[in-house]
Order: sequence, then C-alpha cells, then structure tokens
Amino acid sequence: MEYFQTSVISNICISEDIFVMVVGRNGAPASAGQFFMLRATGSALTLLRPISIFKAEADTLHFMYRIIGKGTRELSTLRAGDTVSLLGALGTGYPIDKMSGKVALVGGGLGIPPLCETAKELTAKGVQVDVYLGYRDDLFAVEEFEPHSRDIFVSTEKGEEGYRGFVTDLLKPEGYDAVFTCGPEIMMRKVAAMCAATKVPCWCSMEHRMACGIGACLGCSVRTAEGMKRVCKDGPVFPSNIIFPNK
Amino acid sequence: MNLGTTLLGIHFKNPIIAASGTFGFGDEYNELYDVSCLGGISSKGLTLHPKDGNEGIRVYETPSGMMNSVGLQNPGVEAFIQEGIAKMRRFDTVLIANMGGHSMEDYVTGAEMLSKADIDILELNISCPNVKSGGMAFGLKAEVAQEVVSAVRNVCSKPLMVKLSPNAENIVEMALACESAGADALSLVNTFQAMAIDVHQRKPVFNNVYAGLSGAAIRPIALRMVHSVCKNVHVPVVGMGGIYTAEDILSFIMAGATAVQIGTINFTNPLAGKELVTALEALCQREGIQDINEIRGII
Ligand SMILES: Cc1cc2nc3c(=O)[nH]c(=O)nc-3n(C[C@H](O)[C@H](O)[C@H](O)COP(=O)(O)OP(=O)(O)OC[C@H]3O[C@@H](n4cnc5c(N)ncnc54)[C@H](O)[C@@H]3O)c2cc1C
Ligand SMILES: Cc1cc2nc3c(=O)[nH]c(=O)nc-3n(C[C@H](O)[C@H](O)[C@H](O)COP(=O)(O)O)c2cc1C
Ligand code: FES
Repeated sequence: MEYFQTSVISNICISEDIFVMVVGRNGAPASAGQFFMLRATGSALTLLRPISIFKAEADTLHFMYRIIGKGTRELSTLRAGDTVSLLGALGTGYPIDKMSGKVALVGGGLGIPPLCETAKELTAKGVQVDVYLGYRDDLFAVEEFEPHSRDIFVSTEKGEEGYRGFVTDLLKPEGYDAVFTCGPEIMMRKVAAMCAATKVPCWCSMEHRMACGIGACLGCSVRTAEGMKRVCKDGPVFPSNIIFPNK
Repeated sequence: MNLGTTLLGIHFKNPIIAASGTFGFGDEYNELYDVSCLGGISSKGLTLHPKDGNEGIRVYETPSGMMNSVGLQNPGVEAFIQEGIAKMRRFDTVLIANMGGHSMEDYVTGAEMLSKADIDILELNISCPNVKSGGMAFGLKAEVAQEVVSAVRNVCSKPLMVKLSPNAENIVEMALACESAGADALSLVNTFQAMAIDVHQRKPVFNNVYAGLSGAAIRPIALRMVHSVCKNVHVPVVGMGGIYTAEDILSFIMAGATAVQIGTINFTNPLAGKELVTALEALCQREGIQDINEIRGII
C-alpha cells in the first residue's frame, strides 16, 4: 500500500455518466477485488473516493466509475496529463488463490467493473469462469469479459438487451464451486441466499462510506457474524455467510 | 532549528501529535510512513468495556471538513493494555492513551487500569454522553466535568490531560474547572456537534441525528477557543481543530498551544503527519524561528 501521484493517461466517457480512467500504475501491487482511494490532485475535497480496480495491466490501472456527486464529478473532469493521487491497493479482495474448477461471477451495475479483473485473474489460474451481468438499461464492459470467460449471461430490467428481469433469475449456483458477487446489496443478498440454499460458497463485495481507507478510523465498520469488520481492510470482499447470516 | 518541546515533563521531538480516533494505534499509518517521526500519537478513543460503535453512516464529507459518528468503537481498556500498548510502543514517539466513558465508575476504573500500564499520558475525553444524565455529555457543564476530572485525578498517577469539548457552555470556565480539579494539561477541541439531512430520503444522515464536525471548517473557532483558554489557565494546552498546514500549526502555537494534534488532515493527505514535520521545519527556517518554543503565546 502506497500513497502516490500518477498521471492520467486517458479518462473517457463510455456511457451517459460512466467513465473509464486509465492511470500510470507506478509498480503498485494490485489484485482482483481490491480498490484504491482516489483524489484529483489539488482537489478541495476532504475525503478520497474509493474506486475498485477494473483492470490492472503491467503499467496501468483502469477504473470504471459512475458520476454520483462532487468527488466522482471532479474525477470525470481530469484530462490526459493531469495528475491524480492514489492510495492503495487497499483491502482484501476475492480469494483467487483458493479457487479451482468453475466459478460464477455475478455483477450488478457498477459492481460489474471489479469482476473484470477478477475474471482475468481466475482464468489465468485455469479456473473456468461464467459471468452474470445485470444492467438497468444500457450495457457496458460486456466485451471486456469475453477473453476471460466461458459464458456471459446478460440481463436488463426492461429487456432492451439480453434477458428481461434480474440477473439472479439466470443464476443456478449448484453448477459452481464458488460464486463471487458485487453490486447492489439487494442483489448480493439474493445471490447469497441462493448459494446458502445450494451450499455453494459465496463471496460478496461490500460498500461503505470511508474516511481513511486503511483501517485506522473505523468509519467503515459493518456488523458481521464474526463481530465488527472494516470494509476497507478486512473487506471489501467477505464470505457471504458472515455478512448475510441466516440467509 | 529546534522543533522539540517538553510537555508534562516528557520530551516531544516535535509538537505534532496524531489526534485520537483518526490514527488507530498508529500501525496502519506506519505502513505508509515511519510514524516515529511524529511527536506523539493519541490512541483511538478507549472505553472501559469494548464497544461496537454506532450503526449506519459513520463518516460524511461536509464543506471544508467532515462529520463523524463512529461511536467510540474500540477493544476496551483491558485489550488495549494487553495488545494495543505493545503495538504503539514499537514506535519511538510519545504514547497517549485517550479514554472516554459513559459513567463516573467507568472513567475511574478505566483510568486506574491505564495509570498502572505503560503509557506516557492519559488523555481524558469528556465529550462522551453520560448515561445517567440522559446522555448529556460530561463536557458541557463545568461542575459535571470537575467532578469526573477530580475522581480520575485521585486514581491516576500518570500525567493527566483533559480533552475539552467545544460544545461546553463556556470553554474558559470549563478549562478553569478542569485545571482546578487537577488536570495537568488540557487539549482542545474535540468535534463540534453538528447535523446533516438527506433530503431525498427525508432522514437525518446519521442514525444518532447529530454528529461531530471536524476539519478546516472548525479551525478559526478552534483557534479562538485555544487562544482564550491559554490566556486563562496556567497548565499547558494542546491545540487542535482543522490543522492542515505548517502555518496552521504555528498559529495555534502563537495562540499559546504547547503542541498540536492533527486529525482530519490524515484522511485528506495520508502522508500529512510526515509532511507536516518537514513543512514546519522549513517554515520556521523561513520565518527565522530558531526554536519553536520562542514564539509560543506571543499573541
Ligand atoms: C470498496 C469500494 C469500491 C467502489 N468501487 C466503485 C467502482 O469501481 N466504480 C464506481 O462507480 N463506484 C465505486 N464505489 C462507489 C464510489 O466510491 C462512490 O460512488 C463515490 O465515493 C461517490 O463519491 P461522490 O463524491 O461522487 O458522491 P457523494 O455522494 O457526493 O459523496 C459523498 C461522500 O459519500 C461517499 N459515498 C457516496 N456513495 C458511496 C458509495 N456507494 N460507497 C462508498 N462511499 C460512498 C463518498 O466517498 C463521499 O465521501 C466503490 C465504493 C467502495 C466502498
Ligand atoms: C473519525 C474521527 C474519530 C474520532 N474519534 C475520537 C475519539 O475516539 N476520541 C477523541 O477524543 N476524539 C476523537 N475525534 C476527534 C479528534 O481527535 C479531533 O479532536 C477533532 O477531529 C478535531 O481535529 P481535526 O479537525 O484535526 O480533525 C475523532 C475525530 C474523527 C474525525
Ligand atoms: S475507512 Fe477508516 S477504517 Fe475503513
């Protein structure tokens, strides 16, 4: 973990309010499911913003983010050559090393980008990856999964593309050795419940407001079956049975 | 050029102390830089018994600052003595144990235990709500604060620093009351009680409705409070509230503070502790200050 300044290589709008920012990696270690805290250099904001690793290449880090408020709007105004400050990589990601066989990745909305790096790392380990992606309407990043997955299932709420309905309607956990999920809590709860019912181990990635991002301030603590845990350090990825017990 | 200073008979290599609750026990920030460069570290706020803290949103950005409602999540005094102290002792810096309480008994028992442990200073946080008086903080009324400080003083053989709440009815009266009850030093300010509403959800942002404001937004008021307390008490004062730069540090020292604490800036710039030590040295050099102690209280 390091705090460093790096250059923005590109920062492109890929859909109405979704951007992909590519920055110099500066040798920072990074693995699937981890995140960085970002800050536009010279920003007047108090807190850095947590954004997951979308792709970690040899020399670059890629972040995909949606404009929500001040911080993400400020990030969206950065141009190639501007500098950005990064703190990371942070947190505990997906247990890639423990995996073998077949793994399903289930993502919803802006929970989809971190699964891209996850698919890449699992595939590199020889794990077979199926991807389930739930969108509200417009699709994004689907093609990014193609080199790193066997099957890709897509749903949209109104059915403009792919299956009409929720991505959880498409998932059958029993065929998998594990399920990794990231997205809206309501979706992850459903995935966790389906996995619990079929006894398939499941990991989910939590979001919480953060101040320090490194485990010092306890601003991001959540209650789990194993006591209070820090999303930024103990997570963001947790076994679903401790985050959503009795489900 | 000397940044070193003596507080409560203890040497600080510089006047910069990491503020309670923003720096854990130092080990996380030590992964980013050697925290032994700091004058001191004030531990995460302890309570006699372990606490899970508050539910819901705990940190929230505001203009030039932030609000928090962590709710003193901590492992309890016993676990701190067993594990926390050893963690902090790995660092060559002054060890301040910050402790709060929700009843007189808890304060006294906790202070007694910490007093026997390997800490340098006990920082007593009196901003906590008192369960017996319907949750009103100990640090609002001078009489109540005086009572808890005297009780703790009786059992505490370590240097005792009392951390004042800016929400006190009258900060100078509060400071005088704590001094007369036996505080060896005062630190101020803790966070200002504040509020935020989520208009879309039509609900307060925090489950507890009110939360503590910190950061640059409070700096001018904190500075005024530190100044007026320094003018009225004889014990040393540690100043804090929105300190972000070396200039801010000098202004608190010129207002009379012996040392300062830095909280929120650690979040805005995770390397702030280290960078402020260097920046303060450079600023003193530029300003022709040979010894940081020579400009204390000049205003
Ligand atoms: C571990 C983690 C990984 C994330 N990865 C991504 C990602 O890859 N892509 C993406 O688009 N978004 C991601 N998010 C959500 C992203 O952090 C928020 O959308 C962003 O912080 C909003 O900041 P803002 O200033 O634009 O919004 P505002 O609403 O103005 O933010 C105000 C404050 O609330 C915090 N906040 C608001 N929403 C969230 C949220 N959902 N989670 C955490 N903090 C929030 C902000 O950080 C800021 O401190 C992630 C969140 C976490 C915790
Ligand atoms: C997240 C957070 C947690 C805090 N926890 C404590 C605490 O446990 N005990 C305490 O005495 N003060 C606590 N404080 C108050 C700080 O120590 C400091 O008094 C206050 O934030 C003002 O300084 P600043 O503006 O530099 O942050 C906390 C502040 C923040 C932001
Ligand atoms: S954000 Fe500070 S502990 Fe997680």
